[in-house]
Amino acid sequence: MNRLREHLTDGLLILAIVVSFTWLLLLLVGAVPQHAFGHLLAGSFGSWSKFARVLNVWIPLTLCSLGLLYAFRAGLWNIGVEGQMVLGAIAATGVLRLGTESLYPQGYLVLAVVAGMGCGGLWALLSGWLKTRGGVHEIFAGLGLNFVALGLVLWLIFGPWKRAGIASMSGTQPFPADLWFPGLEGWRVSPFALALVICTILATVWMLNHSRFGLRLKAVGHNPKAVQLYGVAPNRYLLYAILISGALAGLAGSLQVSDIYHRLIPSISSGYGYLGLLVVMLANFRLLPIPFIALFFSALNVGSIQLPMMMQLDSSLSGVIQGACVMSALLVFGLRRRKQSSQR
Amino acid sequence: MKDLPLVVLLASVLATAAPLIIAALGETITEKAGVINLSLDGSLLLAAMLAFVTSYETGSLLLGFGVGALTGGAIALLVGIFGIYLGQLQVAVGFALTLMCRDLAYFLGNPYSRLQGPQLLAWKIPLLGDIPVLGPLLFQQPLVVHLGLLLIPLSWWYLYRTGRGLELRAVGENPQAAYTRGIDPRRKQLLYTLAGGLLVGIAGAAFSLGIKPGWGRPQGIEGIGWIALAIVIFGGWHPVKVALGALLFAFLQVVGISLQGIWPGVPAQVFQVAPFPLMILALLLVNLLQRQGIKQWLERRPALALLLHQVQGAPPRALGRSFHPD
Amino acid sequence: MRVELQRIHKRFGPHHVLKGIDLTVDTGTIHGLVGENGAGKSTLMKILTGYLSRSGGRILLDGVETEFANPAVAARAGIGMLYQEPQDFPPLTVLDNFIVGRESQPGTGWKDPRRRLAQLADEVHFRLDPEAVLNKLTVGERQQLEFLRLLGREARLLILDEPTTGISETQKARLFQALRHIRDQGRTILLVSHKLEEVSALCDRVSILRHGQVMGEEDAPFHIPRLLELMFDAVPSTTPAYTPHTPGAELLCFRNVSSPGERTGLWDCDLSIACGEVIGLAGLAGSGQGLFLKLAAGLSHPSQGQIWFNGQQLQGMGYPQFKHLGGCYLPANRLEEGLISGFTVLDHFALATNSSRSRARQLAMDAIRQFNIRGQPESPVESLSGGNQQRLLLSLIPTDARMVLLENPTRGLDVGSARWVWDYLRHQYAAGGVVVFSSAELDEILSVADRILVFFNGHVVRNLPVNQADYHDVAAAMTGS
Repeated sequence: MNRLREHLTDGLLILAIVVSFTWLLLLLVGAVPQHAFGHLLAGSFGSWSKFARVLNVWIPLTLCSLGLLYAFRAGLWNIGVEGQMVLGAIAATGVLRLGTESLYPQGYLVLAVVAGMGCGGLWALLSGWLKTRGGVHEIFAGLGLNFVALGLVLWLIFGPWKRAGIASMSGTQPFPADLWFPGLEGWRVSPFALALVICTILATVWMLNHSRFGLRLKAVGHNPKAVQLYGVAPNRYLLYAILISGALAGLAGSLQVSDIYHRLIPSISSGYGYLGLLVVMLANFRLLPIPFIALFFSALNVGSIQLPMMMQLDSSLSGVIQGACVMSALLVFGLRRRKQSSQR
Repeated sequence: MKDLPLVVLLASVLATAAPLIIAALGETITEKAGVINLSLDGSLLLAAMLAFVTSYETGSLLLGFGVGALTGGAIALLVGIFGIYLGQLQVAVGFALTLMCRDLAYFLGNPYSRLQGPQLLAWKIPLLGDIPVLGPLLFQQPLVVHLGLLLIPLSWWYLYRTGRGLELRAVGENPQAAYTRGIDPRRKQLLYTLAGGLLVGIAGAAFSLGIKPGWGRPQGIEGIGWIALAIVIFGGWHPVKVALGALLFAFLQVVGISLQGIWPGVPAQVFQVAPFPLMILALLLVNLLQRQGIKQWLERRPALALLLHQVQGAPPRALGRSFHPD
Repeated sequence: MRVELQRIHKRFGPHHVLKGIDLTVDTGTIHGLVGENGAGKSTLMKILTGYLSRSGGRILLDGVETEFANPAVAARAGIGMLYQEPQDFPPLTVLDNFIVGRESQPGTGWKDPRRRLAQLADEVHFRLDPEAVLNKLTVGERQQLEFLRLLGREARLLILDEPTTGISETQKARLFQALRHIRDQGRTILLVSHKLEEVSALCDRVSILRHGQVMGEEDAPFHIPRLLELMFDAVPSTTPAYTPHTPGAELLCFRNVSSPGERTGLWDCDLSIACGEVIGLAGLAGSGQGLFLKLAAGLSHPSQGQIWFNGQQLQGMGYPQFKHLGGCYLPANRLEEGLISGFTVLDHFALATNSSRSRARQLAMDAIRQFNIRGQPESPVESLSGGNQQRLLLSLIPTDARMVLLENPTRGLDVGSARWVWDYLRHQYAAGGVVVFSSAELDEILSVADRILVFFNGHVVRNLPVNQADYHDVAAAMTGS
């Protein structure tokens, strides 16, 4: 009961700080705050098609955030999700390119998703190995590999996979419709992709909160020294954690290619990997708030798209609000911890 | 007199490198004191935007640089306060700030996109500027280039030749021991986080007021902050090596643009990736050189050992971990 | 400098660590402070150097009451401390280390620190290269540097905490010479140690601490048995509380094992332990017994020699294989090394037995009943008291373990709980296996073990059946005399 009240006051405090900060910011640029908030709301939940767009952002964002949670459970800062997502997208594109004009497009689609997960996982495993074997902190390894992945995608788009005629930032040649991730007539968001994410959420709930594997992972994150006495090899679990993390990011990347863009573009990750880190931080590294925070962040992303048109405001307002949420959460959590430790 | 193409090339390398040197040296100072400020990428953008807007509105370049510096300093202060005094992870705070400041820059800077504003022009120093080769290289450059070049010996001197610099390094290595010697590590760390942030802010202003004048989305300096962070590691936390790293990177970039003629299929962005594998290698090296087997292997190869010893630099031991008395 | 501590109290939460310490140290003397581990020596010194605040009492320097908010204030007042773990900056040079912090202590001769260092080193016959990087120096040399730094800082009271741990005999001799030299110059020295041999060679006066209280003060020349008597609890009856089992086949064997690490390392250890034995490891903290247990558990590997357990050599094996062979190790720092904070009792059972939650709950409930753990399956382990944490750890040992290694198993337990622990361990494991434990309480070892190994400075200096061990002889062996 006490815990619940604590969470509630924390949440309200964070909300109050964020709203007043954004309010002031909007006044500063001479906009009417009520209008801006109104547009954000209307732009994301105003119609079915807008909400479908929100869900299309929610899908990869949730996948990345869930993946990050596995890494955080083991005490790892997998800042490399961005690159892992890109590698997933590259692998999916590679498979789908082979599948054009094939008789079994569904087979290639399944293969593309699997390859995306595999490549994302392997790319993550690389930073895992750099950590366990080479002593390179996963933040630097992950960050470095993100940029390498970005270089790779640019090289592919402008080099080997360039569109017939001219290579451009608009990406590779779009795939034929039979290689698109399946949807339903009249649905603007693929119910299969949604189902996939919901299954992943449920699987993650089970894996992290109820399985022996999750218990061991958490133990490694809490006390890597003591777990040895329980017969758990900490390094192996670090690698498992980052592998799953990367595989989920890779899955998100392969969906971006097969479901959303139907081609490989330079900004295929849309920054969802980095945004996922903010989601998990705001969730205070807990699982249950993640889908909701991800939905809130997706709504901000989509809702802000019409700000430039309607109010001549830059759409990056969404990013400002997201960042302000995390910063005020860090402030509130930090103050609470300070208070608790001074009481002790 | 027509300048040699090589001189033109090198002059443009220097100009490209200058803000990067300033930012990377700022971060070096911060990290040497044991604090990691991961907000560089966002800091640079926000400082660049505010510096440009200030200069545009007031017409004063000096004011623009001042506001830029203060912006970088304020963001660094947030990293310091959250990380050092509120016990939050420095990387978490820095990371959240980097994303937020980037978007804040785009949002607030929107009305000032693609405007022509005041610009720090190359300043030809009388007499010195007429010296062949050296003149165009060093004395017909915007002032930020001189600032960047001056900062290299200055920061080295401060870190390695003054008592305060010694205390700075001591705090970054072992804040506990510094505390027993009557130094307040947290205050020192906050101070040098601020100092590093001010330099990062100046670097941001140097972009929007000189090297990549104006403001827009994208500004064209996205990713530079991450590169600066990578260069600090690659340079082994040593100001001279860090500056050399920045020059090397600028050289690669300038040459990369020329190379586009040769490999038209490879976009210039691919060359921007270069510092990152180097960063990972540098970190790997620090660790591998500690291994017994590799030490023995190197003993039989003195030349290589000497080279690697020169290249590698260990991170400050307390980097990223906040100190709490008791 | 004359130092007077009056009725100093210190509480950490519910723990009353210092219970009214009165201590006077006269100018120009070397004053020894001795006591067992946990007697309160370190806490007292941390209060004197401004590192910890006190819960009550007064500190007078040369008759003037003083208040230290932090180490800087104490340093300015002329108090310098040589910590047991060198508080220095390994990647910096000797000279740099010498300089750091001088601004908080304006002294004389700082214009040319290099000359100052050379001068001081000459004075006490130390030889240090000012340009050498500290990484390459031995612990003893690093300590010499710290010593010179404090001298250069004009520290008038010098506190040394176990200054001879991990340094060579020649370095020790040189240090003692230097200490006498500066005492004769009129400086005051407070030597914290539990090595009585050194204390009696050096000190003019000794105060003995036990359980946070001053038990007595003695002047040189010292009578060591008298000091021992004050240091340790009253000599108990050393009649063993249990009848020993008949030793069976050899289960654990150390063959010429040497290993660096844990301050003193462990050197030339050669012994064999048979089924049915309960072995007590005696020694002052960090004398090698902790390392002995880690080596036996396969958590650390020797640089020389072989260790055999249950017919298998442990070299190259990790803890999981050790466990598989029937071994088990319980560390002393229960929450840091043994338990996982944030995890519940139930979680620990699920983790240890790799079983489902329902099965783990059953196991946890059984254990709570059988081991009388005050807690629920859902209690987080950090909410349990120390005694209950230990009971939980014991309950996690597989019942068929053949060798149980325990580091300070009854630390922080009341008499009743300790008794219960030993009844259980002897009954459950000693009959068909081996129990090896270290303890800071000598009388505990003498009453529950069958055989005692005494460690001093990384060597096993006694190895005898408990019924042949003499309390005074063992206590003397522990302190190196």
